[in-house]
Formats: sequence, structure tokens, C-alpha cells
Amino acid sequence: MKKFEYLSHTSEEKFAAYGKTMEEAFCNAALALENIIVNTENVKSVIKKKVCIETKHLKGLLFDFLQELLILFDSEHIVIHKIADMHIQQKGSDYVLECIVYGDNAKTYQLLSGVKSVTYNEMEIIQENQAWKITVVVDV
Amino acid sequence: MAQEIVINKISDNEWEIPKSGKMNVPVRIFASEKLLEQIKKDDSLKQGMNVASLPNIQKFSYMMPDAHQGYGMSVGGVAAFPVEKGIISPGMTGFDINCGIRLLATPVSKTDVEPKIKELLEELFKNVPSGVGSDSDIRLKREELDAVLKKGCRWALENGYATEEDLDVTESSGSLEMADPNAVSNNAKDRGKNQLGTLGAGNHFLEIQYVDEIYDKKAAEIMGITEKEQICVMIHCGSRGLGHQVCSDYLRKFEDAFPEIANALPDRDLIYAPANTNLAKEYFGAMCAAANFAWTNRQLIAHGVRKAFKTTFNISPKHIEQVYDVAHNIIKKESYKIDGKMKELYIHRKGATRAFGPENPEIPKKYQKIGQPILIPGSMGTASFVLVGTATAAEKSFASTAHGAGRVMSRHEANKQYTGEGTKKELEQKNIFVKAASWKGISEEAPGAYKDIDEVVKVSHNAGIGNLVVRLKPMGVVKG
Repeated sequence: MKKFEYLSHTSEEKFAAYGKTMEEAFCNAALALENIIVNTENVKSVIKKKVCIETKHLKGLLFDFLQELLILFDSEHIVIHKIADMHIQQKGSDYVLECIVYGDNAKTYQLLSGVKSVTYNEMEIIQENQAWKITVVVDV
Repeated sequence: MAQEIVINKISDNEWEIPKSGKMNVPVRIFASEKLLEQIKKDDSLKQGMNVASLPNIQKFSYMMPDAHQGYGMSVGGVAAFPVEKGIISPGMTGFDINCGIRLLATPVSKTDVEPKIKELLEELFKNVPSGVGSDSDIRLKREELDAVLKKGCRWALENGYATEEDLDVTESSGSLEMADPNAVSNNAKDRGKNQLGTLGAGNHFLEIQYVDEIYDKKAAEIMGITEKEQICVMIHCGSRGLGHQVCSDYLRKFEDAFPEIANALPDRDLIYAPANTNLAKEYFGAMCAAANFAWTNRQLIAHGVRKAFKTTFNISPKHIEQVYDVAHNIIKKESYKIDGKMKELYIHRKGATRAFGPENPEIPKKYQKIGQPILIPGSMGTASFVLVGTATAAEKSFASTAHGAGRVMSRHEANKQYTGEGTKKELEQKNIFVKAASWKGISEEAPGAYKDIDEVVKVSHNAGIGNLVVRLKPMGVVKG
């Protein structure tokens, strides 16, 4: 199964990410986002961070999770290449995401492009044929 | 989808999608036949119709000649809602709050700059941090950053980066009083703390241009543009990570606070808050703070430009005069006559430039007779334009016009069709030199990825919502 692919959009960057589980699809969406900024294959695991997100609905969870990676990039110059121990749970009516992200100081790598923000435009989180597909448009 | 939409011709430059379904007002499109065909190709018109369905929208959902598909609202969209009993929507300013243009006029000419263009670009690149992940030389402590958010360009003035004259020719003097630094999250402040005075990446640029054509001699002279081949410098950027975070913070806050509104929307990026709620007021305070950050950002970049001209040409900074600075992603409180009564409105401009006409008290004294300068950049390698606002614009488009060329091709597609090196070479053959932080930055902004800017400004001029004054052509570009 492909991890992710980039799709056509007039002004922004759009991608689809796949996974056998929703967790895997979330991890691959994060990789799709990071690969707009840097070639993640070159990035080493030097920095490790725990990420915790709690929201009232699933699309909000994806939005906030990806947005968190943009915050890490701009505020701490961290680029991510691996996401591990991803757990997504429903607590009452809320959604909780926990994971560990691994990456390095962005300054060590050749950066490709910037991402301004995650958007809800054409966002989808769907399960089909026992696999998950996530679609996201980010403002670049 | 687009071909099913009914579009009525109003004039050669104006079109209308009549009210249907959930629309509260018609959609009004400023475009030539050619541009309308391009606008029809993506989902922009559908997005214009979605905006027309928002509660209490006044007169029309407007689309400018450079409209293209955005998220929620199209880019090149204008919508007005009453401050009393209206709404306010973060997604309808664009994520880059107060993305805008500043234009500087210099006393040197094309022939002075030509032999030193590469040297000048290197010097600009040194003085203005560019590209993704580039940091500012200015490290702001939290209190200092709060002062920037509160005071905008007044902070720059107090710290020696600006002159009184600069502030005078900046929209709102580069300082919105309603700014509330406390409404800006720590995440947003963290994203912006090292970015003041940086150009960023994407479509943002710093361009050395020469005057190629003067359409309105009198207006141009008042702006300090006196002859052909005079060199000007155009700066295009916004509020960097800080503004982007403010927009997404409030989009999420509004969505959680008003789930019934969010669930009823055709597109969640259109989320809004009723204007009389505390959250709406908090957002407006945060947006004004981000706008102040953006104006200060462009002010610091202008400071860097002046330093580069001092080093390269030994020109005193005071001789590099600012023509104007205007936002094209912003919400402003403005008053207009509707059904015979003056109403205070939140004017949402997303990829649209304010176009105040003559005698508007909000524009500088020196421009009272001619109207506010409108700065419209072309794509990399093509012409840019200076226009002036008109009284007609106040009637026809809530004093708004286009903001640029508008994309016709995705960045992804542009990267497939053009290479950075190829684009650079092609531009060099036209005597346009590019200094970029990355090759990708060049290829995705290739001129072929954009609409025809000449056509865009012609529509603005012919529709009377912004009249042509000067055409500028590029000779050097600094890109992120």
C-alpha cells in the first residue's frame, strides 16, 4: 500500500494518505505534510517529542495534529521523519491522540517549501475496503 | 459542476450569478470573458455562492478578476457583514493575515542598476532573511513581541526602523488600535518570535522593478514616480507563522464554540462567529495584532532594502521613499451607505485590495486628490501595476479590487512542467535575474502558472474599481 500521494489543486498543496488502521493513516498524513517541507528520508532521529491532542471531533483531531507539526517547525525548527506509538481513542464525546514523533533540527537539512496552515478544505477521513484514506489541503 | 451555474452578463467586465437555493444575495464577478472562462475551471464560483449563503451578507458576494479556488472562500473574494448583527470569519481573510504589498521609489534609474543588479540582489538577500525556516536577526523577548503586536509600525518608528513619512503612507499607519496581544496564543507568538523582518517562502518576493509605462502622469508624480526607467522596489509578504496560527486557532475555537453553525456550513473553512459575541471580538483583536505584525514585518524588510541600496549605490535611506503599503488579506471596519443608511461593516477581503477613492478621510493627505494607491504584483517575471482607488469602487465593490495575477496551475503541476533552473535561465534571457533560497521556489512560481496580469488590471480599470497609474517591469527578484 502506498503511504501517501500528492494530488492536484490550483493554489494549495493537496495530499491523500493511506493506512490499514486510522492510526497508520494519521502517521502517513504527517509524513505527507513533512515531505512538503523536507525530504524526510534524509532526516535522522535526533529529537524525540511526545504529542498529545484532544478535540471534540475527528476532523478537528487531524487538523490540530498536523497543525502541531507546523508549530514544532516554526517555533523549534524541528522536522519530523518518524511517528511511533500512535494511539487514537474516543473518551466520551472527545477524541484523544497520543504519539511520539522523531526528527531533527531543520537547519541541518535542505528545506524545500513552507506550509502556512492546515485547512478543512476537502478534508476527508474515510474507511473503505478495510483501509483508511485521509485527504487534506494545506495552505502553502 | 461549474457549467450548471447560471451567469448573467451585466457589462463587458461584470457578471452575476442570480440568487438561488440558499443564497441570500447574488454573486457579482468582475472579469472579462477570457478571465471568466478561467475562473469557471475550478470551484471558485461555487465558493462564491457558498459565501453568498452566509447570514446577513450585504449586497453581493464579490469576486475579483484574479479569483481562483481557495479554502472556504475563493481567493479574490470580498464579503461585507454588519458589525451589529453580522458575522466575522477568520477563514475569509486567508491564513496569511495582512499579506500585502509595499512599494518603494528610488532616485536611481534602470541604467544605474543594470551593471550592479547581481551585486544588489546579493546585498538584498543578505539584509532580508528569505526562504523557509529562515530566521530574523532580531530576537524578540515576549514583552517586546507584545509591543510589536500592539503598536505595529509605531514600534518600528520608536526603534529606528521607520520614519514618520513611512507610517503616513501605510494603510492605517501600520498600526490598528483594536489590536489585542493577549488574544494571540503562545503557539502563534512562538511561531512568529524569530520571523520579524523575514520574507518567508511560497509566492512571497522582493522585486527590483523599473517604471515601464506611466498612464496617469499627475497621480504618478504625487506618488514620487516621475519618469520612465525609475527604479522601484516591491515587497510582497505577510504575518508569517504568527498570523497563520492566529487564523487556525480561531477557526478551531469558533468551530468548538458554535458546533451548530459549523455543522450547517457547506464548508467548515467558512466557520464564523456572530459579531456581537466575545469570541468574535477576541478574534478581531487577535487579527488586528497579526496585521500589525505584518506591517512591522514589511517595514523591517524595507529597512533592509534601504541598507542594501546604501551599500550598493551609496544612496541615503531617506532618499528611498515609500509610495504606499496596502493589505490584501484582512478584515476592516468600514462604513458604507446601504439602502440610504450608513452602516458599519466588517469588510472581509481575501486576496483583494482596498481601493479608497479621493477625499476618503482614511487615506494620507498627499493622496486626497487622487485616491489611495493600489499595488498589484504580477507573477515572477511579469509586470506589476500601481492603480488608484475610485469613488465608483465604494459603490460597486465595497472599495475593493484585484490583488495579483491569481494562479491557474497548481504548484505541484508547475513543478512538473517547469524546472527551477529552466525558469531562471528563461528569465535571464529577458534580463530578469533571480536570487532564490530554493530552486523549487522558482519553478512553482513560474510565470506560466498564473493568470495574465495585464488582463486583470484592465478589468479593474474598465470596471472603474481601480484606475491604472503605472506599469512596472521586473529586473531582479529575491525569492524565498
